[in-house]
Amino acid sequence: MTRVHDMGGRFGDGPVVPEREDAPVFAEDWHARVLAVTLACGSLGKWNIDISRHARECLSPQDYARFSYYEKWIAALADLLVKTGVLSVGDLSGSGDSDLRELAAKALRADSVAGVLASGGPADRPSPLAPRFTKGQAVRTLRPAANRLVEGGHTRLPVYAQGALGYILRLHGAHVLPDSNAHGLGEAPEPLYAVVFHASALWAAPEHPEDDVVLDLWQSYLEPV
Amino acid sequence: MPHDHSDHPHALLPPDPALRVKALETILTRKGLIDPAALDEIIDTYQNRIGPRNGAQVVARAWSDPGFRAALQEDATAAVSEMGFYGRQGEHMVVVENTPSQHNMVVCTLCSCYPWPLLGIPPGWYKSDAYRARAVRAPRKVLAEFGVTLLPETSVRVWDSTAEIRYLVLPMRPEGSDGLSEQALAALVTRDSMIGTGLPRAPEGAP
Repeated sequence: MTRVHDMGGRFGDGPVVPEREDAPVFAEDWHARVLAVTLACGSLGKWNIDISRHARECLSPQDYARFSYYEKWIAALADLLVKTGVLSVGDLSGSGDSDLRELAAKALRADSVAGVLASGGPADRPSPLAPRFTKGQAVRTLRPAANRLVEGGHTRLPVYAQGALGYILRLHGAHVLPDSNAHGLGEAPEPLYAVVFHASALWAAPEHPEDDVVLDLWQSYLEPV
Repeated sequence: MPHDHSDHPHALLPPDPALRVKALETILTRKGLIDPAALDEIIDTYQNRIGPRNGAQVVARAWSDPGFRAALQEDATAAVSEMGFYGRQGEHMVVVENTPSQHNMVVCTLCSCYPWPLLGIPPGWYKSDAYRARAVRAPRKVLAEFGVTLLPETSVRVWDSTAEIRYLVLPMRPEGSDGLSEQALAALVTRDSMIGTGLPRAPEGAP
């Protein structure tokens, strides 16, 4: 049921190696180009943030593991451009000549960059669903952690938190449901909560009895206890 | 067949990553779908204009101004927006305060969610498998790798950014910083202290 990106709690990765605080923002020039090409292509309006996250998750496990961070981005972008029909397989292999004048009108121009980055893309929406849970209420997450609309689809409930007992910490309002939005099934907004889990509800050997973990989880990921 | 080109057409591009992005950029530019000048503008924004100094100003102000600190707790998005810090990947902000009894730390186990308007583009370690895998299960071991040791009575709360809410840690104001200006306080605030993997610098001359 899982995909390779869902790695929270995994063993075997070795130590974190922090860079200095003053290290360059982009370690390589091509990292910056990948970020910029990806953001610019987003302005074409052919996908949303959930679709682009899912495209990275759909890299094969072998590619996901061997690619560095920005290699994942550029590979997923190429895949997404073909999947959405912006480019053809022929375009990537050097034989395409599709006419895209209409879409090119949407291309992000330099003088629009500041406005686009500053306006962002809020994910809160009015929802017909009333909040079902109140602060402090005990809830249990779904098990298995999986998209219930599309088999193998995008979801934001990590496996390490599936079937776990937690408590509502706060209500964030209603937000776009990634499980739906990543698959072109509509935004389907529903109440989103910060839910706190004792470390002992998640791990066999927590480091400290008072530690906890908070996840942001949609109402449909949760059941009352 | 090592790659299924119908599902993974990226394999048609050159495998070297720098050449791969160059090839894609060239194709998209030729078709008029991207503007190289817009790419330069995006890079300049995140390389030179939006970064952790923004977050440091927020923290220093919260340390200096109880009213602003209360406003941050009430509605962080509105409070930081008034300072001009709003935008992509910072549309829904929550600020979490460290106390002697609780230390906060932020991760995104599923991808690399991070408050861009306040901290810029995340550092490499934040996006690494090791951090994503271990921060939720072994936060103290990860903190030790950053040279941070907490008091035994301090609990750790790890925030896994699984939605579009972005978290900023408000570290505790360092001892010996009484009377410092906001500007001097901001200089004590490190990027990592706002992610929760570090602590603010001690003021010069402090014990």
